[in-house]
Amino acid sequence: MRLSFTVNGHEMKADDIWPGESLLYVLRERMGMPGSKNACEQGECGSCTVYLDDVAVCACLVAAGQAQGRSVRTVEGLSDDESGSLDPVQQAFVDTGAVQCGFCTPGLIVAAHDLVRRKPDASDAEIREALAGNLCRCTGYEKILDAVRLAAAKVGEHA
Amino acid sequence: MTGSTTRAAPLESTVSGVVGDSPQRPDGTLKVKGEFAYSSDMWHDEMLWGATLRSPHPHARIRAIDTGPALAVSGVYAVLTHEDVPVNIYGLEHPDQPVLAENVVRYQGEPVAIVAADHPETARRAAARVRVDYEVLDPVTDAEAAMRPDAPVLHPTHPDGNVVRHVRIRHGEEDPAADVVVRGEYTVGMQDQAFLGPESGMAVPAEDGGVDLFIATQWLHADQRQVAHALNLPEEKVRLHLAGVGGAFGAREDLSMQIHACLLALRTGKPVKIVYGREESFFGHVHRHPAVLRYEHGATREGDLVYVKAEIILDGGAYASTTSAVTGNAATLGAGPYRIPNVRIDCYGVYTNNPPCGAMRGFGAVQACFAYESQLDKLAETLGMHPVDVRIRNALTEGSVMPTGQIVDSAAPVAELLALVRNRPMPAVPTGPRDLRELPGGVSNTTHGEGVVRGVGYGVGIKNVGFSEGFDDYSTARVRMAVIGGEPVVSVHTAAAEVGQGLVTLQAQIARTELGVQRVVIQPSDTSVGSAGSSSASRQSYVTGGAVKAACEEVREAVLQLAATRFGVAAVGLAGGKVVSDSQEVLADLVEVLGADTVERTVEWRHRPTHPVDPLTGQGFAHVQYAFAAHRAVVDVDVELGLVRVVELACAQDVGRAMNPDAVVGQIQGGSAQGLGLAVMEEIQVVDGVVRNPSFTDYLIPTVLDMPPMPIDVLERADPHAPYGLRGVGEPPTLSSTPAIVAAIRAATGIALTRVPVRPEHIVG
Repeated sequence: MRLSFTVNGHEMKADDIWPGESLLYVLRERMGMPGSKNACEQGECGSCTVYLDDVAVCACLVAAGQAQGRSVRTVEGLSDDESGSLDPVQQAFVDTGAVQCGFCTPGLIVAAHDLVRRKPDASDAEIREALAGNLCRCTGYEKILDAVRLAAAKVGEHA
Repeated sequence: MTGSTTRAAPLESTVSGVVGDSPQRPDGTLKVKGEFAYSSDMWHDEMLWGATLRSPHPHARIRAIDTGPALAVSGVYAVLTHEDVPVNIYGLEHPDQPVLAENVVRYQGEPVAIVAADHPETARRAAARVRVDYEVLDPVTDAEAAMRPDAPVLHPTHPDGNVVRHVRIRHGEEDPAADVVVRGEYTVGMQDQAFLGPESGMAVPAEDGGVDLFIATQWLHADQRQVAHALNLPEEKVRLHLAGVGGAFGAREDLSMQIHACLLALRTGKPVKIVYGREESFFGHVHRHPAVLRYEHGATREGDLVYVKAEIILDGGAYASTTSAVTGNAATLGAGPYRIPNVRIDCYGVYTNNPPCGAMRGFGAVQACFAYESQLDKLAETLGMHPVDVRIRNALTEGSVMPTGQIVDSAAPVAELLALVRNRPMPAVPTGPRDLRELPGGVSNTTHGEGVVRGVGYGVGIKNVGFSEGFDDYSTARVRMAVIGGEPVVSVHTAAAEVGQGLVTLQAQIARTELGVQRVVIQPSDTSVGSAGSSSASRQSYVTGGAVKAACEEVREAVLQLAATRFGVAAVGLAGGKVVSDSQEVLADLVEVLGADTVERTVEWRHRPTHPVDPLTGQGFAHVQYAFAAHRAVVDVDVELGLVRVVELACAQDVGRAMNPDAVVGQIQGGSAQGLGLAVMEEIQVVDGVVRNPSFTDYLIPTVLDMPPMPIDVLERADPHAPYGLRGVGEPPTLSSTPAIVAAIRAATGIALTRVPVRPEHIVG
């Protein structure tokens, strides 16, 4: 089957899609957008978190056909296209040392981006609850919490 | 999509930062933008996808394999079995494992056939159509039963039945008397490394009949040696390139899909990509050895340890992997960081039909630490002493003698680490209504505080750094300095695997420190430069760090020589892009000294040698360096439901020299988290040789809701034998985290917990 949907503001098409393919597979293997990660492909780890029409979802649990005609925003679409400057959440992950192997990072950044825009004054307990669907095996999460607090403070300043 | 994504780009590190600073990672921006190319992101025009058929049985004889139905599937390019493997054997320490099973399968999940097809789902479906006629055999699933003379022998060519290795430690008197004796039997479940980036890579056939493999691994050259051997190719025709690694923790030390992808690529003449799913990943790598540990400690009434006797049995599963070295570690470190004059330990690594076990962070020392720390708590209770007091009273110090007879010849601040965690302020005891998210059971709403009891526990551990027992443990670094764009630029090339720990950052820090430049380029790791050894055993900062330092020193000498020749200056160092005198006076500009020349040096660097231990007594200089960490855990336990929430997990660790303080803290927190997982959550459940929970739905690793705040104290007691005085960091925090948490649960519940992970039913009975 043929699919077309918007990814990070660009109209994208893919042909000869097998109906069993996930949105994650089509992004990674057919559209050349491997930023969203394939760590469990069963919705447990959050590494493939993307926005689908502005709602954060696990791309592995979305059948590609469900994205037809809709709008997808991935980690590749968070930084400024023209200047290349990082989103405050991305910058905070770099600044605080929240990145080790980095495989969980794209999904965590989208999930944290979603939290920070909804609730820049989130408490620690709220941050933990919001990110509980994103597994990280390297950091023990302490520096990820630092990153989200830092990003929230920056976004809050400009709100 | 056309073209390919394969080779990694050089990483340029332009932020300042020398040894002791915490500069940002040179790969950090790529990683947060989703542009860092991991092994599963490799892509090539016309590439095929590989899939693996695995045995559903833990033990069976293969009577026949029919690949016909798989080959008939449209889109399939190749279906291979053992008949297609040139040399069908491999192994990291002992070659005992077939690339594809031949007459017998020895564990559930053992690869039997591989398929290449034009779509991953086609490959998987075709693999499922390979017909294998099995004669199912009884599996040997109990490690102690496997050691008995009447047990079926799983590897008939192995000389000692099912015992892979037996290490004996005999130190001091055989049967000393003691006032107080405590005994215990402890069990450690099978833990998984659970890295997030699945096993994956891409093999690209080359025109010379060889192959290029883009792969996430911990040790490129060990992979190269095993792959070339199985393919019956000279090593120079098997070129490995490190693709982005999504975590490792020991699970990438053995091969997974490396040989399979190369076989399929060479057969089809096309690039072949293999990516395991999460379920397959649980079968695709070795795990932490489950263990049974029987300990007896004798002490004086005052609390001085007189002796320890221990029997440790490690279930190595179906193939040896690193079981020999794990057994060596569990034995030689089995008495813990304590001065004990009389030690008798028998440690066995055993073949069974359970999943193969090998390297995981802590490597034999984790299992022993849970047992000896549980014993120290029991001794403290028997003597009426504080658990930290009995530990400090017996703590190892510099100059102490290990059970191997080895004298500890650098700092061993065990007592100081324990005091640091004990003296930290306690987390506040909550009063009034509590946030559900801070209670055991969380938002499951199982308690509002009723039935919740707080407990505190301590643990301390000892880990060796680097490869031990006489292994030729070295690394190779190629360092080049030249003028590029009007400024001096240093390039560092090694085969060392960046697995997330930050080695790329550290290499640039070392180059800046030694060569006084700002711009450093880290070349992609590959086998065109000599081996760096493994990114394991907490060794890369020490060994590859040492190699980079040594290569920089040679480059510096050559540049100073150039300065002497060209400008007649007797410079002694490089700083800020200049050659300088011993009083830091600028004598010449590096740009002018170098001119159009390139200075390049390649150095193979070794730490001082270790030696094998005596086979009868376990005596010998086995380890190049010891490292120590201590934890204090504070837990809340719902004693009615058996639910645990860790409230705080404090750690103190000696790192010799904090090369990159932020990265050091990141390692300690990450290691502590994996210890928490082993304490209360993580176990691969194996029943009759069959894995029951191969998914992140059923194998639970800590989420951000499970992890407490982790305050860290870092000590820097330099090791004079090591580069910059550094001490390996990655593994020690994984050791003591587990026993500290279990001790805290015991303190809260009064129950003598002897098995990890602790499950609710262990608490409520």
